[in-house]
Amino acid sequence: MVELPNLREYEMAKYLLLKHYRGAPAPVNDVPMARWTQEEITAHVRYMQDFAAKLEGTGEFVDGQALSPEGTWVRSDGEGRPPVTDGPFAETKDLIAGWMVIDVESYERAVELAGELSAAPGAGGEPIHEWLEVRPFLSEAPTVTE
Amino acid sequence: MNESVLRDLVPAVIGILVRRGVDFAAAEDAVQDALVEAVRVWPGEPPRDPRGWLVTVAWRKFLDAVRADVSRRRREERVEGEPEPGPAVVSDDTLALYFLCAHPSLTPASAVALTLRAVGGLTTRQIAQAYLVPEATMAQRISRAKRTVSGVRLDRAGDVGTVLRVLYLVFNEGYSGDVDLAAEAIRLTRQLAAGVREPEVGGLLALMLLHHARRAARIGPDGRLVPLAEQDRRRWDTALIAEGVVVLQAALSRDRLGEFQAQAAIAALHADARSTGETDWVQIVEWYDEVVRLTGSPVAELNRAVAVGEADGPRAGLAALARLDAGLPRYAAVAAYLHERDGDLVAAARLYAEAARVASNLLEREHLTRQAARLHAR
Repeated sequence: MVELPNLREYEMAKYLLLKHYRGAPAPVNDVPMARWTQEEITAHVRYMQDFAAKLEGTGEFVDGQALSPEGTWVRSDGEGRPPVTDGPFAETKDLIAGWMVIDVESYERAVELAGELSAAPGAGGEPIHEWLEVRPFLSEAPTVTE
Repeated sequence: MNESVLRDLVPAVIGILVRRGVDFAAAEDAVQDALVEAVRVWPGEPPRDPRGWLVTVAWRKFLDAVRADVSRRRREERVEGEPEPGPAVVSDDTLALYFLCAHPSLTPASAVALTLRAVGGLTTRQIAQAYLVPEATMAQRISRAKRTVSGVRLDRAGDVGTVLRVLYLVFNEGYSGDVDLAAEAIRLTRQLAAGVREPEVGGLLALMLLHHARRAARIGPDGRLVPLAEQDRRRWDTALIAEGVVVLQAALSRDRLGEFQAQAAIAALHADARSTGETDWVQIVEWYDEVVRLTGSPVAELNRAVAVGEADGPRAGLAALARLDAGLPRYAAVAAYLHERDGDLVAAARLYAEAARVASNLLEREHLTRQAARLHAR
């Protein structure tokens, strides 16, 4: 008889690695970037670029983007009227700085990569050890369900 | 000639090049280049012998690539000159490619990507679109996979179970982008079944056909998921069901049961019934017992609890459920369904909402949210 692994437990899945300007617990190396030296900033940027390039090489990279911290709140004000805008609100607790999307074999792999990304160098060339949020994407519905 | 007929030829052509001494990765690249040319040239001048044409052009592409690459000069010396005639029987080559692309040293995602390219003949762009990743990422995944199997000899049969696992993963991905992966998986499994007498190959093919037959009925006109009990069974594809049943019976008659045959038997029992009320749930429970025995899969246990609920009543289903780990995917959804059948609508509404919260895909989340909303509105 053919030995078969448990097929449904495997699912290649996409995860969002979310970086917060605010709203995450404080990182270990908690010095804001504006107070780093030029060399420290260069080292940080290079680390992020190398990380993305490495993931492209392993076939796990999907997307990476950084966001401007300034944003606007928008809501509909009813049909035929322009949307209402407001803000930015400086007091908003949570603020997203950017993200990376990865396509990996397991949740454990997603956590491993987030850990690596969190170790990007900051002040003093030491790892920042910042908190990143790991969120799974909702997938396409599988063909076989019952 | 349509594209899938063209792609049927891919593994045989790669096999012929490999027999001539070309390494697998280079042969695969050359055949991809030949395919691109075929798509361009054939509509105007269809060849009399499509396979011969592809072999000739792929061989030329390979030689071009060797000449262009100085670092490959030593290999050029070995393969330059008149090629040997292709082997009379190519199906062995095709099978060898299936085994190579599903080699145990590959991760499932790599095996899937390599199979779709080298056996399926899809382009990297098509595979990338189907899996919603950038083309560069998929290209890297494929070239890493090729490197991983570069030392593996192509003439040895492997474990057909690993091949079936890869084909099942492709099938279960459904379809997004312009490639229908379910149809592609069926095409590749049919091709495999033509060359391998292992009954589980028939089991998997039957399972795919029987599920594919229901596809049109699974999604409503508004894009929402339609559960089995509510599907319009007139929209099931009776030709696919008939084929699936014949394939399954042939597999079962070999008397070597496996997981896919047992799962296909369950799908066949569903296909055979005019409604859930007329479904032979007692037999379905027995088949789930077989799946559990064969795999020990907790997911199969969960499905079994649903079937027990239909065969012996919701209380029996809940009792079967109580023995399982509440952390299983879809546990809350099954619990909600059984509680509703048992008349406990408050618990059912709470569990449907909980199930929606932990659903791993959008269609299921929407379906479960609607169930919770339906009960709350009562």
